[in-house]
Amino acid sequence: MKFLENIVHKMEPKFSKGGKLEKWNPVFESFATLAFTPSIVTKKGSHIRDGVDLKRTMITVIIALLPCLLFGIYNTGHWEMVAAAGDRSLPFWADQWDKIVAGLWVVLPMIVVSYGVGLTIEFIFGIMKGHALHEGFLVSGMLIPLIMPADVPLWMVGVSTAFAVIIGKEIFGGTGMNILNVALTARAFLFFAYPTSMSGDTVWMSGKEASVDGFTGSTALGDLASFMSDKPVFENIDVYTNNYSLMDSFLGFIPGSIGETSVFAVLIGAAILIWTGVGSFRIISSFFLGGYFMGLLLNGIGGNEYLELPAYFHLVIGGFAFGAVFMATDPVTAAQTATGKWIYGFLGGLIAILIRVLNPAYPEGVFLAILFMNVMAPIIDHYVVQSNIKRRLKRLKTA
Amino acid sequence: MSRTIKLRKGLDISLLGEANKVRAEFKMPNTVAIKPTDFHLLTPKMKVKVGDKVKAGSIIFYDKYNESIKCASPVSGVIQDIVRGAKRKIMEILIAADSEIEYEITDAANPKDLSSDEVKSRMLASGLWMMIKQRPIDVVADPKRTPKAIFVSAFDSSPLAPDFNYILNGKTEEFQAGLEALKKLTSGEVHLTLNGKSQSDETFTGAQGVQLNKIIGKHPAGNVGTQIHHIDPINKGESVWTVNAQDVVLIGRYFISGKYDAKKTIALTGSEVKDPHYCETIIGANLNTILDGQITSENVRVISGNVLTGEKVEADGHIGFYSNQVTVIPEGNQLKFVLTKGWLGPGFDKFSNSRLFPTWLMPGKKYKLDTNTNGEERAFVVTGEMEKVFPFDILPMQLAKAAITDDIDAMENLGIYEVAPEDFALCEYVCTSKIDIQDKIRQGLDLIQKECM
Repeated sequence: MKFLENIVHKMEPKFSKGGKLEKWNPVFESFATLAFTPSIVTKKGSHIRDGVDLKRTMITVIIALLPCLLFGIYNTGHWEMVAAAGDRSLPFWADQWDKIVAGLWVVLPMIVVSYGVGLTIEFIFGIMKGHALHEGFLVSGMLIPLIMPADVPLWMVGVSTAFAVIIGKEIFGGTGMNILNVALTARAFLFFAYPTSMSGDTVWMSGKEASVDGFTGSTALGDLASFMSDKPVFENIDVYTNNYSLMDSFLGFIPGSIGETSVFAVLIGAAILIWTGVGSFRIISSFFLGGYFMGLLLNGIGGNEYLELPAYFHLVIGGFAFGAVFMATDPVTAAQTATGKWIYGFLGGLIAILIRVLNPAYPEGVFLAILFMNVMAPIIDHYVVQSNIKRRLKRLKTA
Repeated sequence: MSRTIKLRKGLDISLLGEANKVRAEFKMPNTVAIKPTDFHLLTPKMKVKVGDKVKAGSIIFYDKYNESIKCASPVSGVIQDIVRGAKRKIMEILIAADSEIEYEITDAANPKDLSSDEVKSRMLASGLWMMIKQRPIDVVADPKRTPKAIFVSAFDSSPLAPDFNYILNGKTEEFQAGLEALKKLTSGEVHLTLNGKSQSDETFTGAQGVQLNKIIGKHPAGNVGTQIHHIDPINKGESVWTVNAQDVVLIGRYFISGKYDAKKTIALTGSEVKDPHYCETIIGANLNTILDGQITSENVRVISGNVLTGEKVEADGHIGFYSNQVTVIPEGNQLKFVLTKGWLGPGFDKFSNSRLFPTWLMPGKKYKLDTNTNGEERAFVVTGEMEKVFPFDILPMQLAKAAITDDIDAMENLGIYEVAPEDFALCEYVCTSKIDIQDKIRQGLDLIQKECM
């Protein structure tokens, strides 16, 4: 690696202050620090530092996302074939290679577009502000394709990524300063700007044009939401659970956004995040608790088929698990205090199911719930901090 | 009423180079330096000029804004140089030391028999006052105030710290005399806090007339800040003084013998030291006598103090006023390739509090850590990591942010009066975003001093 090191040393003067390519220093620095942890040393205070840095933290999230990504690629391929054949009963584990190729054909371009657009914007801002690339987008860039429907046009991925990075993050000051989760901002933008590409029956399976008449590409959530309308897809909840069994929903053999369907894959990611401490155990567990609690509450109210869907079903369909593990835990936009994290997660799960079931306009409520909680997180923290202050003031009075 | 405190939070960083329990004889250094920068916020007004002869105990400067606070020379000799930095700030007063120390002699007295004003005026006049630090602000104590308590920690839990049980063994009489003097200075208790994990030396367990507490836990259990917070926390308007255990001995020795004998034992530690051991030396001593032939490699950092809070010095520099140890670790000013030693490497050579590195696999391993930050500075992203190493009922990240944004109200509410920069050393160590939190807290404290004191 001496060879690479020599290149870095040789290039450095050109990019440093007074050099020919001074302006491009942020770009140079970004790549140089990818290859080499820089030679920055401590000055005073703590002379030694923990090995962990933001790059390692972020790469861990990407590793945790891999099971979802790999499963998502396969699942996308599967449903593309289903749509082409117009037959939902196609066996899941057949024609594996064809499905993988088909899935890659859909997912890879989305990843390339998301990273391409996002990183370009990050670099432009980096050059403007004179700092190297901050690592936050490495994760956002992977999350964005995973929460998109398979059939979304690539230019929409690009536009929503650009919107999310500029409006969601950079105008607030970049990584660590944003109020809203960047990936969810992208999804929210698409959802409200191009609703027909983000919901309904036709977007969840790629290449729907070739399909057979009478076949719908609806998702579990879409079908469930129809219980709230006059024309439900299924007669009652039992027919629904026959169609989308708990096991299929858990393993992810159902249509949906690319990365969100398999709760099993999400839980592998959750295990990695919780074990390494990168994702907050408090948020993940309380998010699930909140969702389950709301499910039970709706069961208790009852009155129509959707409300009577067993509460645990809510946890395995749609983007609930994915949102709980990868979105709600974003440390920048979540609550930052320990107590705050419990409250934040619980309310997030609660509201997600509330929106999902009771708001007919939005079959999925998870991303809206998390965005809402992102906005609320500082308020939650404020009260947690106030209680800490009051507790210590009380000490003064009793003493 | 003595108390036992158990801490769940904290972090013991295990490093290579712990000092063996061998004590090198006292060797007179050729130069001794007093660095006014060790006394934060104090503006020195010189009493001596270059070329003046001083004795051990002669006053060399005093505080411009509080003239009763004086600093004495630890040795006899000639003022060799007054080193100035930017804006003519005095950085160092260099004294060429005589081979035999000649002392300023005053009457010996048992502090027990003196009134509290007498104790105070003797300590101020002799320069011993510098050893008393005050909280809030973490500066030399203001003699016009009376603290509600004085805290002495009987152990140091920081990485590679000297074992006080070893260095203060047999100094029972001097230590007790020092405590007697401190007792005269406060209206409340003198707290002596022992390490609950192991048996303490008789010097500490036999201490009379003080409140003995025990604290069990990882670093920063030995920090006075932690002990104050759990035993007698500081509220706005109150003050608590703290004295290092070894300095208590120096204070006691002064009262018993009537002269300022600043000899003390320091630990020479760190992975780059050939033979880590204890040395008899004197406050401000030149390091070259101690480090001679001891440093094993070229590119090293010499720290006066421990790796978490110490001051960087040159290999021929001088020991800081409050330091009880010298640590030598490798400099980390090399590029580290991503897959071997960088951010994607296996990381067996890195000590981490997070599970992103295999530190947790090897609980007994001792590490050789360098001064590389292991990453670039970023905005705060990760939350919850500081709380794991900060055993206070204070929100560390919120307080650090308040300090960064100069928000005085928030700092007061969040507990700035209770903390010193050293309490945040571990937070700074674990910070993923590599922010110099101790420095930020120091700036916050300075602002509080300026605006609220």
